[in-house]
Amino acid sequence: MKMMSGAAMVVEALKEVGVTHLFGYPGGAVLDIYDALHAQDDIKHVLVRHEQAAAHMADGYARATGKTGAVLVTSGPGATNTITGIATAFMDSIPMVILSGQVPSMHIGEDAFQECDMVGISRPVVKHSFLVKKAEDIPMAIAKAFYIANTGRPGPVVVDLPKDIVNVQDSHPYVFPDDVTMRSYNPTLKGHNKQIKKAVASMLKAQRPVLYVGGGAIVAEAGAYVTQLAELLQAPVCSTLMGLGAFSSVHPQFIGMLGMHGTLEANKTMHNSDCIIALGSRFDDRVTNNVDKFCPHADIIHVDIDPASISKIVNAHIPVVGSVDKVVLQMLDLLADADFANQEQKVADWWRQIEEWRSKKCLQFDQSSQVIKPQKVIQCLYEHTKGDAYVSSDVGQHQMFAALYYPFAKPRRWINSGGLGTMGFGLPAAMGVQFAYPDAVSVVVTGDGSIQMNIQELSTCLQYGLPIKIISLNNRALGMVRQWQDMNYKGRHSCSYMESMPDFVKLAEAYGHTGIKVDHLDELDDAMARCFATPGLVFMDIMVDQNEHVYPMQIKYGAMDDMRLSKKERT
Amino acid sequence: MRRIISVLMENAPGALSRIVGVFSQRGFNVDSLCVAPTDDESLSRLTIITQGDDKVIEQITKQVNKLIDVLKIAELTEGPHIERELMLIKVGNKTELSRAEVKRNVDIFRARILDVNANNYTIEITGTSDKLCAFEDVMSQCGDIIESARTGVCGLARGDKALRP
Ligand SMILES: Cc1ncc(C[n+]2csc(CCOP(=O)(O)OP(=O)(O)O)c2C)c(N)n1
Ligand SMILES: [Mg+2]
Repeated sequence: MKMMSGAAMVVEALKEVGVTHLFGYPGGAVLDIYDALHAQDDIKHVLVRHEQAAAHMADGYARATGKTGAVLVTSGPGATNTITGIATAFMDSIPMVILSGQVPSMHIGEDAFQECDMVGISRPVVKHSFLVKKAEDIPMAIAKAFYIANTGRPGPVVVDLPKDIVNVQDSHPYVFPDDVTMRSYNPTLKGHNKQIKKAVASMLKAQRPVLYVGGGAIVAEAGAYVTQLAELLQAPVCSTLMGLGAFSSVHPQFIGMLGMHGTLEANKTMHNSDCIIALGSRFDDRVTNNVDKFCPHADIIHVDIDPASISKIVNAHIPVVGSVDKVVLQMLDLLADADFANQEQKVADWWRQIEEWRSKKCLQFDQSSQVIKPQKVIQCLYEHTKGDAYVSSDVGQHQMFAALYYPFAKPRRWINSGGLGTMGFGLPAAMGVQFAYPDAVSVVVTGDGSIQMNIQELSTCLQYGLPIKIISLNNRALGMVRQWQDMNYKGRHSCSYMESMPDFVKLAEAYGHTGIKVDHLDELDDAMARCFATPGLVFMDIMVDQNEHVYPMQIKYGAMDDMRLSKKERT
Repeated sequence: MRRIISVLMENAPGALSRIVGVFSQRGFNVDSLCVAPTDDESLSRLTIITQGDDKVIEQITKQVNKLIDVLKIAELTEGPHIERELMLIKVGNKTELSRAEVKRNVDIFRARILDVNANNYTIEITGTSDKLCAFEDVMSQCGDIIESARTGVCGLARGDKALRP
């Protein structure tokens, strides 16, 4: 039996579960663990500049790879700084393990220096947590934490480690468990046969089917099966903000994102459908609009790995608990015997109707303007990256423009904080992506407000030579706030304008990077080319139209398809 | 509607706070909560009295069941069941008449006097919550209630049904 210190056990166990990168920041309570990290080079430690960013980096890493992101922070302020990052991961079901230092066991509860009840403060935003009491329990706690984080509906798990159990002086027997199964935790993966049969019968009967694909399809790597199902049924497919890329956005059957800023055709199709096949989506309020008016004609088939998501907001007629890949495969098996000879004819009217909605071209925008339109910037970015970048985003108008104007042909390319809507997420998330895939193009689409919420990470980017491309849509405003103020508060722009903006080009340069400012539309294309031709990190500060709104937009209290299409038109 | 929910969970630190957390985070009511280890020391059994329509109860059961420490959950009020609660109540009585009245009602309700003092009795009573409330009412009429403590309801399903790991 191997004997080692608690700190060494932490590092050993992390290696055992396959951690490649540990995003963290040292402090008193974790100095022993940092000492143990020093002695090895299997795990790359990334020294961030703020613990919130460490959590977002681990999150970006997890979203891009499907692997569990790992974070190490000290007790007290180190731990509390991660909370926003943990909550962000929790809302979007992202696998992450956060190791936090804790004051020595004998001082817990004494208001010791840098003491904070991390298990308590994180409880509402974690999938589970452990306060480890004995050094011998470290391997089991870490093994279970990684198992829980990345099985079933994934989520963040906190492991709180009191300083006395990780000290480098004492030795303890190290046993990494072979088996971490728990009698109280058995996520259902395969769907119930009876439910699958019902679902398939409903699909076969449908004349106006639609697939409503969410983040669960990405988690389950179910893209190929979802595509087969869609093609078999010849059904239109729409996606949530979190599901973009699970089904290719350039597929002819793709009708766009649905919901608050969804396309007209996606929301119209949903509203008029007679059979909604929801795959790993959770009927979020940013999708449904007024629940009482939600899709009145449809039979709703709801596939989700989390039973609590089913019939939480909208009643499912045919609930199926299971992971999207397994369940859709079961459906395909049953459908193998079905006769699809008349399918094209059966959905012909439906497609005629959808094409009519499509022909309204709801994403059109003013091309004549000499002011740079944010939509134009995203289209330009798409061309220069050939649609093949990892695009991380912050939160605001720029996020919606990116989601709507950058079609994602592959899963895990669109990295954004959908559930919590965390400004400051973009840059660190893009860094996590870049660490996972050093040769990939990792882009951040951000705004002048959001980028300032984790701007300090430009320093981390320099330290690790991350060639991230920052596309900042600078509208000199908290644009999304301003849009709501224009629409709901008669244009009273209360505190949505930022005075004293920094000179972002100089700021980028001060951090040791390249900055490019773009004022005029005719410079945009060249500047974008320069951005991608320049080695290293480039900060593009692009002056965009300050008065642009994101459209389409659902009208509050209305049905899914009650929408504003521009400042003047509505459905 | 009043519901009784029974939960079997790991007897682990933090498990109870997670359950209570689900109720407060998601805005569910808790009228009473009764918790103790079971015959198997590694497990705890929790009985929660809550209010809600079917939709709310479905959400409560699903959200609680989602907790990693929870093994089983069942709504007892769905079927035939037995429920009991225990109350200790201290009743002051200044007159002989009041003492006699209290004693008489203790017999009627099949309660028990556990402690006798010059000016008060401490009484134990078990039963449904309704019975305990009725007894409390009677005591307030024939004496002065000084203090009382109730355990909260615990319950089991009738017949062969059981919550086992
Ligand atoms: C941490 C945080 N605080 C506040 C908000 C509310 N909020 C949503 S969008 C937004 C404005 C974002 O401004 P900017 O990054 O410049 O993006 P724009 O909308 O202008 O494109 C604000 C303040 C938020 N989502 N996150
Ligand atoms: Mg802005």
